[in-house]
Order: sequence, then structure tokens, then C-alpha cells
Amino acid sequence: MGTTTQDLTRLGFSGSRSESNGSRRENGSMSREERLARGLGWFSIGLGMAELLAPGAVSRIAGTRNHKSLVRAYGLRELAAGVGILTSSQPGPWIWSRVAGDLVDLTSLGNVLSGRGNSRGKTAFSIASVAGVTLLDVMCAQKLTSNGSNGYACRAEANLIVNVSPQQCYEFWRNFENLPKFMDYLKSVRTTEGKRSHWVAEVGGRTIEWDAEIESDVPNERITWHSLPGSEVVNSGAVEFERAPGGRGTIVRVQMDYGNMVQALASAVATVAGKHPEQMIRKELVRFKQMMEVGEVITTEGQPSGRRSGGVTWMDRIAR
Amino acid sequence: MRANCWQGKKKMSVEEVPDPKIINSRDAVVKITSTAICGSDLHLYNGFVPSMEAGDIVGHEFMGEVMEVGPGVKNLKAGDRVVVPFPISCGNCFFCNREQYSLCENSNPNAMLAEKMWGHSPAGLFGYSHLLGGFAGGQAEYARVPFADVGPIKIENGFTDEQVLFLSDIFPTGYMAAEACNIEPGDTVAVWGCGPVGQFAIQSAFLLGAERVIAIDRFPERLRMAREKSGAQTINYEETDVLEALREATGGRGPDSCIDCVGMEAHGHGPMYVYDRAKQAMMLETDRPIALREAMMACRNGGTVSIAGVYGGFVDKLPFGSVMNRSLTVKTGQTHVQRYLKPLLGRIERGEIDPSFVVTHQMNLDDAPQAYEMFVNKQDECIKVVLKP
Repeated sequence: MGTTTQDLTRLGFSGSRSESNGSRRENGSMSREERLARGLGWFSIGLGMAELLAPGAVSRIAGTRNHKSLVRAYGLRELAAGVGILTSSQPGPWIWSRVAGDLVDLTSLGNVLSGRGNSRGKTAFSIASVAGVTLLDVMCAQKLTSNGSNGYACRAEANLIVNVSPQQCYEFWRNFENLPKFMDYLKSVRTTEGKRSHWVAEVGGRTIEWDAEIESDVPNERITWHSLPGSEVVNSGAVEFERAPGGRGTIVRVQMDYGNMVQALASAVATVAGKHPEQMIRKELVRFKQMMEVGEVITTEGQPSGRRSGGVTWMDRIAR
Repeated sequence: MRANCWQGKKKMSVEEVPDPKIINSRDAVVKITSTAICGSDLHLYNGFVPSMEAGDIVGHEFMGEVMEVGPGVKNLKAGDRVVVPFPISCGNCFFCNREQYSLCENSNPNAMLAEKMWGHSPAGLFGYSHLLGGFAGGQAEYARVPFADVGPIKIENGFTDEQVLFLSDIFPTGYMAAEACNIEPGDTVAVWGCGPVGQFAIQSAFLLGAERVIAIDRFPERLRMAREKSGAQTINYEETDVLEALREATGGRGPDSCIDCVGMEAHGHGPMYVYDRAKQAMMLETDRPIALREAMMACRNGGTVSIAGVYGGFVDKLPFGSVMNRSLTVKTGQTHVQRYLKPLLGRIERGEIDPSFVVTHQMNLDDAPQAYEMFVNKQDECIKVVLKP
């Protein structure tokens, strides 16, 4: 019977950028926001259970009556949020769902306050309590989803083992002009001067351009870069090359941060089309691996088939 | 060119399609002289393999003449006569370096689909669904062969197509299944399924030193082939209780190794067969592991169950307690064909085996739909069809 000596859930990207990120677990310890999130998660579960099992008592505390089924429904909502917060590796969105729930609660309590036959004193006390919790929720959610001070809304990570040395991986990647060979959406990357480069991408038929700068560069180990202030697309990236055990090549780890909250929400839609940022990076790494091991990207584009539409189908497009 | 295309369940059609061309630098284009229908093509035909699309060119057992090679192919030239292995393998990755070619990490452009289904992706295959790369197959006049510098083997002597064609799949497949059994002198090997792969597993078991091979099927002509061409003893499972007969034949101990050459569409009888048919029809299980269950139960303590038959998804009521408590070894995998090409061509050259014995029918490529129909229904004692473009 073996037990692992390392907690595998905590392995992964070791880059310094993640240290500045309040939502990440580092060295097994929890950040303040994460502890707060867990507290809110348990609070949700406690309140949810109370609302579900004793809706009458909860109604009385809130200064109202006869809303048992509504209170039970709120209880279910609280339970869902609580379970989501406690089980998700990224509880940020679940805390935002709590904020939305708080607003519903406040609205309901407001209605109670203006209604007749209710105990105004109790209701006012409830409103004050919920408002306090709402404040906590908003603070926690903002910290968890704002990704420290850098303001990125969306983070994606992926890694893949490649059968060549860290040096070969590093040298190929460090020449940013190679990136369009495996990053499909990039049309070109041109090194402009020293650590700066000009990136041209095509996204949804639209051409987007920005300038980026290398932030840190440790030969054969890691490269990080970020877009320059004033760019149309706000993003930053980091890649690490870790020697795989037993001379089995290199584990390449990529971390990308981008955009704002709107783009983060859009990514949920993109998941369905195989275009979620995490999937995109994973596909880029698969192509990077092919570039390094085979020298080109293998495709069936251009092969014959018995279809008018050609040799490639919708499934191939989603998968690649 | 003309190509046999999958159009839906039980529907093939030969269509006029564009000629293939060089796409990647290590491609070759081969003019096909012979191409066969594999038993595993019947799983496509019967609609049991997910991610097929109407218009997909099928076929993965083919050979022919090199017409053109890409700039990255140095070992082949136009005019070479080659047999093409069914897995597509890069030759550079971790698995190719270990000669586990059917696990190539770079040849399935749709690896992400396969990962969703199986956890990790195996190699891309010719003409065998989009899960396995969506590559056009070889039941056609021409085929594009990726990584042509790794896969195809040159045939430089006077063998007929039928004598070397099956190096592409079924001979190495039967051989790898037998090899996995680590056969020792005196061993008894039982083989479920006497289709072409089963026939090669039987002959390979003898080549590798088995004392006795017991072959199991229900079609008299297949059992006859196993007896007459390969010297196997046979059991017709529709007439005889297989487990009882195997116990009887081995003094109660069971065969040293059991090879499943049947796969996901096994037939049988009794309530278990009805149960599997019903579950499969309701999509509650994807594969019917009737032969596999029997092979596991039959195998002697500490023996090997080797699986050459194709499985696609999930199986039900597998007697895993039998596997664990009786120290069975289970070996399986798509064949690492490239590893076996040279040694098995050597065996053909030395006259140890003539693979053409399995061929029962030769037809024109244009008749592929009728050939599938005949093969799936075992009409006219059909065991192996070779198509000529």
C-alpha cells in the first residue's frame, strides 16, 4: 500500500507570478481570501440547512411568516453556493453567486419591511446582518477573481511532456517569431527591439495587434512576458521548461492571463466550441510538441473524402 | 479516384473523390494494388464505432506502389512496392522509441477527442473514425500515407500481394496476441474467434512453440480452416459447452493462455447474451464482452488472457474477481505493426507461413458494398475479402 509523498494537487506552476496571486495556494498554506471563502462556504451551508429544515424559525427571525417554500428555495440556493465554494479549486465565481443571492435576500427583506403585519424591528436587524455579509462577499469575490494587482480576469494553464531537452524547447520558444507555428490565432510575432515584440493575431475574423515585453528570461528554464500598457489586448504569459525525470525530455508548463470579466464570462460559451482558453493552450502545447518532436504539425486538412465539404469535419475542428 | 466511403450504419458506397496529395513533408502517396476488409471494419459497418462521419473513406489493410514522396522521406522512392501498417506512427516520440507504435503521441491530430473517451490518446489509424485522427483510409485507388519513412515496408521479391498484404494488420495482430502469451513448451492455447485474426493467432501460437491450440467459433468453415490449415483442435460453441470442453481437454486446469480474437460484437447464447444485446441496444454498454468473459473464466491460474479483438468503450459484468484472485495477466493493445514487419516478412521468406491461406474472396473495389454485406453475414463461407482497385 503506497502513499504519495507529495500532494499532487499542489504541484504545478512554480512561477513567481503566481506568488503575487492571492487566489493561489502556495506551499500548502491558504491565503486570507481563501480562508474567508471557506468561511463563507460553511456559512452558506449552515444557513442553507437552517432554511431548508426550519424555514418557519428562519422566517420568524427575519420578522415575517408564511414564506416557508420561498425560504426553502433560498436554502437550496445557499447549499449549492456552499458546496460550490468548498469543492471548487477556483471559488471566485461561486462567491459572486453568493453576492447575487445576497441581493435577492435584501430585496425580499425590503419587501417584508414595507409589508404589513411583520415585525419591523426584526426585519431591520436582518437587513443589517445580510448587508454586512454582502460586503464581505463582495470583498472576497473581488480579491479572488481580480488575480492580485495585475487586473487579469481569466487565467489558463496547461502542461505537456515533450521528448526533447529543456534547452531545445527554450531556444525554440524564446524566438517569439516561432510562436505562430503552433499558436493558431497568431498571424505573426516580430521582435522589435531587445525584449520587445509586436504581435498580430486574428480572432473571429478581426485582426488585433499589440506590443509585448519580456519580463523575465532564465535560459533553459523559464520565460515570462506581458502586453505593454495601452495595448488593445491585455495579456501576459509564462512558460517553464522542467527537465522530466529519467531523461524523458521536458515538461513544458504554460500559464496565460488575459482580459477582463466580460471575456472571462465569454469563455464559458467558448468551452462548447473547444475554444476555451485552457483548451486552446493545451492544443497549442500539442502542436508545440509536434514541432519539437516531428518538425511540423500533422493534419488531414486537404485529404480527400466522400463529402463535398472536404476531408475535415466539425469534429476535427473542435478537436484541433 | 474511386474510394469506398462509410455513409452510415450498414451503408457503404464507392464514390468518385479527389486524388490524395502530399500534405505533410513525411507523406507518401501510394497507388493501391490490393486492399482488404478487416473484421474490425465490420464494427464501423455495424455502427459500433463512435465519431464516424458520412463520407469517411475507410480501409486500413492496403499495399501498393509509391507514386510520390514528400521532401522528408528519404528511404522510399516512386515505384517502390510497399505494404502499409495500419497505425500511423511518427518514429520520434516516447512510445515510438519504445517500439509501441500504436501509442504514438504525435499521429492523432484529434487526440483531444480520444482523451475525453479513454483518458489518453493512442496513435492515429487509417480510416478508423475521427476519434483516431479522421485519416482517409485505403479502400481506394490511392492513399496518402503520413510518416511514410517510418511505416511502410518495401517488398523486393516476387511474392504475390496476397502473401504479404496481411503484414499491414491481421498477421502481426494475431502474432502479437500470441507473443503476449509468453508461450512455453507444452502450453495449450485457446483462441476465441476463427476469423482471419484468430487464424493468424493460431498459426502464430504454433510458430512460438505451443503444443496445442484449441480454437472456438460457430461457423463450420472457419473451424475447418483452423483444423486443416493450422492444425488446431476446435470447439463449436453452439454445440458444446466451452468451459466444460476446455476443462476436459486440460485435465481440469484450463488453457495456459486464452486469446480473444472476437471483440466488442461477440455472439453467444443463453440469458447473458440476451442481456448484453439488450444493454447494447439501449446504449447502456458499448461492447459485448461475451468471449472475453469466457476467456477469463477458462484461463488457468496464473495464465495470460490476451486480447486482440477490438473494444471501443465500456463493458459490463467482467469477472474481475477471477482475474485478481487467480493471478491472471491481461495483455492487449492495438498492434505495434511496425515492430513486426521485418521479423514476420522474414518468416514468410523462410516459408514458415503463407498468409494467403485466409483469402476466400477476391473482388473489385467497386463491389466493396456487396463485399461488406457478404462478410458481415458470413455468406458464401466468406472469411477474408481482398479488393482490387
